[in-house]
Amino acid sequence: MKALVWHGKEDIRCDEVTDPRIEDPRDAIIRVTSCAICGSDLHLFHNFIPGMLPGDIMGHETMGEVVETGDGMNGKLKKGDRIVVPFTIICGQCEQCKRGNFSVCETTNRKRHLAEKVFGHTTAGLFGYTHLTGGYPGGQAEYLRVPFADTTHIKVPDGLSDEQLLFLSDIFPTGWQAAAQCDIEPTDTVAIWGCGPVGQMAIRSAILLGANQVIAIDCVPERLSMAEAGGATIIDFKTESVMERLQELTDGRGPEKCIDATGTESHVMPSQPDTILDRAKQMLMLESDRPHVLREMIYLCRPGGVISIPGVYSGFSDKIPMGALMNKGLTVRTGQTHVNRWTDDLLRRIADGEIDPSFVITHTVDLERGPEMYRLFRDKQDSCVKVVLKP
Amino acid sequence: MYYVANIMRSEGDPKIVRSGPRQVPPADRLARSLGWFSIGLGALELLAPRRITRTLGMQGDETLVRAFGLREIFSGIMSLSVDRNAGLWSRVAGDGLDAAALMSAMRRDNPKKHNVALALLMVGGIALLDYRGAQETAQRPQNGRRRLYPDRSGFPKGLAAAKAAAQRVLSHAKAGAS
Ligand SMILES: NC(=O)c1ccc[n+]([C@@H]2O[C@H](COP(=O)([O-])OP(=O)(O)OC[C@H]3O[C@@H](n4cnc5c(N)ncnc54)[C@H](O)[C@@H]3O)[C@@H](O)[C@H]2O)c1
Ligand SMILES: [Zn+2]
Ligand SMILES: [Zn+2]
Repeated sequence: MKALVWHGKEDIRCDEVTDPRIEDPRDAIIRVTSCAICGSDLHLFHNFIPGMLPGDIMGHETMGEVVETGDGMNGKLKKGDRIVVPFTIICGQCEQCKRGNFSVCETTNRKRHLAEKVFGHTTAGLFGYTHLTGGYPGGQAEYLRVPFADTTHIKVPDGLSDEQLLFLSDIFPTGWQAAAQCDIEPTDTVAIWGCGPVGQMAIRSAILLGANQVIAIDCVPERLSMAEAGGATIIDFKTESVMERLQELTDGRGPEKCIDATGTESHVMPSQPDTILDRAKQMLMLESDRPHVLREMIYLCRPGGVISIPGVYSGFSDKIPMGALMNKGLTVRTGQTHVNRWTDDLLRRIADGEIDPSFVITHTVDLERGPEMYRLFRDKQDSCVKVVLKP
Repeated sequence: MYYVANIMRSEGDPKIVRSGPRQVPPADRLARSLGWFSIGLGALELLAPRRITRTLGMQGDETLVRAFGLREIFSGIMSLSVDRNAGLWSRVAGDGLDAAALMSAMRRDNPKKHNVALALLMVGGIALLDYRGAQETAQRPQNGRRRLYPDRSGFPKGLAAAKAAAQRVLSHAKAGAS
């Protein structure tokens, strides 16, 4: 089959690979009908997150049709079912799964010893996302083996299109969880750094969760225009001062809730000198992340507020203003998304026409053109916001 | 490397049968050449500063040349990285510093004045390349037409309806709580 394969830094190719096969009674194989490129894939494309090996298949936003199952499905999944695959692989039986903490499932990471060394404990297995989280082949391919498939799936009805449903796999629940973790109250201002796909979903989620005001920060005009369409007041950090504008929009109080939908790869630019210092330290291997957004959020958030971090960080961050964080009494909430905790509710909202996540798609192309789309998405060329690939 | 990687995989995981082509855009190639050039020049400045000062009649400025060498290596590594754009801009800035230092050596009493003039010419040429590289590796090339998305609310029933529904849910929750 064809698949997008990681060969090294900025080297993803469309290769011919062997077909996956059932290895365990709880496995299922799906024929992929749609998959997407995520901002997290860019961190891997840049080799900023350690643990990729040449030959790894990319992709964790995938849906398709079940073509084969092991005999351990317990009647929960059968050939012909149409499913969206959550990017977190879940067993459904461990204590964390039972609590709904799916992204820290204790059983699905088949390379748990690596995760235990690096993180102290294991986290869930993830598709196409480094050997720290199991090294499972990803779904930017024609076929995907889904381990623990009897629990790791979201069954979807036929009446809705792939485009409407695909993002249940990751970015929609990710934006939703980012907003839900803010415990939004009707008087709250929610400020969101980053208007990529995750930021866009977080904006819509904050609106649906009843925020009084949503403010979105980025420097890419087309993304800002999409944010504004979704109900956000926008700040272009290349031309405006984020601090001044946020103060202005909140009568000097600062936003109660802040969401970091940017993550470790904050833009490097002279007007944000800390990013240049971070970049230099990254070069000398003294720091792994560029936490500019985190610093800015801690400084600008209203005391007593919440800092919600869906953006991915990889290792060690310097100069985090702990004094401000502590004295302002801020709450930090973060994590890979517990996808299945939210998807029943979100699927209903899509079916009811409350929201249609396909608004974010700007490019739909064949899987073979995947490698060039990684660059296009990364460089924000051709007004790209989200790429969907069709195998 | 692929062999080692395959040992890390489970037996059933897909393995490469035939690899597709690798794509490297031309702008990235230019950045790579300039990056390696930068590292080479930087190493020379760092390790053999006296040769350079003698050629340019700038004896005594060895420390400055060494510092410039460090700067060159830094910009070079940056130009080879995914942040090549920042690397190339730092090279453009560095070309400015080089030019300024050379100008100060263009004194009438410098017997190696002609070498300095030659060096200035070279810096000018390289600066042009650096500038072109920086332009071409910029995210979103300026020539591209930009599409804006003012009609993509994502709410099939409209933004106002979405907001109103959220308010209804919230007031329900409040009523339920009291
Ligand atoms: N927690 C999860 O489970 C989860 C799931 C999906 C994605 N993510 C992470 O979410 C982040 C965003 O993903 P995406 O797909 O939207 O990626 P993206 O790269 O398309 O979006 C990031 C956006 O941040 C903007 N940005 C950069 N520096 C900024 C700054 N200083 N201030 C404000 N904005 C800035 C960029 O212009 C870009 O539009 C990534 O780190 C990704 O890995 C996390
Ligand atoms: Zn993702
Ligand atoms: Zn579990």
